[in-house]
Amino acid sequence: MKRKNSDKQTDRVWLILLSILCTALIAVSFLKESAFSPVKKATGIFIAPVQKGINGLGSWLSGFTVNFSDAASLREENAALQEKVDTLTAENSQLVLEKEELSRLRQLLELGEQYSDYEKVGARVISKDSGNWFNRFTIDKGSNDGIKVDANVIAGGGLVGIVTEVGPHWAIVRSIIDDNSNVSAMVATTSDTCIIAGNLQLIDEGTLSLVKLTDENSKVHVGDKVVTSNISEKYLPGILIGYICELSNDANNLTKSGQITPVVDFRHLQEVLVILELKDYVASPEDANEKDQVVNDLNEGQKHDDDGEDETEDSNILTAPRSE
Amino acid sequence: MKRKITMAILIIVCTFLQCGVFQWLRIASIKPNPLLIITVSFGLMRGRKSGMLTGFFAGLCCDLFSFSTVGFYALIYMWIGYLAGHFYRIFYDDDIKTPLLLVFVADLIYGTVCYIFTFLLRGRIDFFFYLGRIIIPEALYTIILTILTYRLLYHLNQSLSKEC
Repeated sequence: MKRKNSDKQTDRVWLILLSILCTALIAVSFLKESAFSPVKKATGIFIAPVQKGINGLGSWLSGFTVNFSDAASLREENAALQEKVDTLTAENSQLVLEKEELSRLRQLLELGEQYSDYEKVGARVISKDSGNWFNRFTIDKGSNDGIKVDANVIAGGGLVGIVTEVGPHWAIVRSIIDDNSNVSAMVATTSDTCIIAGNLQLIDEGTLSLVKLTDENSKVHVGDKVVTSNISEKYLPGILIGYICELSNDANNLTKSGQITPVVDFRHLQEVLVILELKDYVASPEDANEKDQVVNDLNEGQKHDDDGEDETEDSNILTAPRSE
Repeated sequence: MKRKITMAILIIVCTFLQCGVFQWLRIASIKPNPLLIITVSFGLMRGRKSGMLTGFFAGLCCDLFSFSTVGFYALIYMWIGYLAGHFYRIFYDDDIKTPLLLVFVADLIYGTVCYIFTFLLRGRIDFFFYLGRIIIPEALYTIILTILTYRLLYHLNQSLSKEC
């Protein structure tokens, strides 16, 4: 009996010690986000190839159950075609935007190129989040392929998400339907800004919530195209997100909210394209200066700073609702 | 020693299953939770300390191999393993009802704790939606997987015990 009690005691001590250890780990990873990145990178190097293999097996199995004959060749062809369609759709949506932009701004003349042809790299989805709560996934390309944190990820001509962590041969992408995701967006036709927020409750309906839309003249309608905004800090401008499917006035009568249907099929996501350029690199010095000017006009008391990049980031905070 | 190596392999395999293969076996975009099964099973079959350590390492793997705050899942799984260890006294060889019930309850607890810390704290207050959409389906799917795998785990434990 005595021995049993002492066993119980040591168990408790272990439990308390490990609990404290866990709490300390949680605290450290909250206070210093980069603290565990070496460990995660090390495990990532180890697991990425294994997951790639397992994933290959998994997709082979699921493909096997769908098609019995000619499956391999058809899938190969389909994958190649799908990739082509994706690139073309992305290109097309960019072209349409460019056209709208052009016709609207031709009158103003002297406009810098805004939707440049981004360099992209294709990647395969190799694993998903371990739980059922979040929509993050790992892809099989990493910093060795030029991917950096905050790189935008697209597929099927629309925005998929953003890279949040990166290792040599893998990267973690948080998709825009994740409950933690907020994207600064705008309506393509009117350039009214809004925020596209992921919401677990809307995932089954296949929609995302749209909030804080400023549309004073009520020119935005259901069916309008929503793209990433040019004042976003992390997302490149003009990437198609989806189409508005529901819209209503907020209680404050100043902003509107609703839902949008994304163009990307998040359930069957297998290949994605990662845009290698980051938002900061896109803004040319001229653009940054222009933005400086606007901000300074708006806030005349503000101190003028010649440092273009820093000021640009500030200007985003001043002019846009806070989001990524 | 052999037990430790076997457990390490088992935990790593389950982590791979959970992050990789099971995404192909999703039903209504819900996947089961094999790490919880081994945590609860070994807690039940071998007592508190075993359950606690299995849970701790399973959770730690989950943390490192996935994208969350390090230590969060380790803490949850560890406590679940420890609590499951309290049922060691009523563990009988041929009984499958107890492990099923335990896994079900453990998954409900796991889901609720996840909800509280990752959703409720961000102001998503509609608990019953998440309960019905994620927590209960996951628990059900997990006990189905337990029915299929519990025998294997049991025999694994038996053969490891014999050799020790």
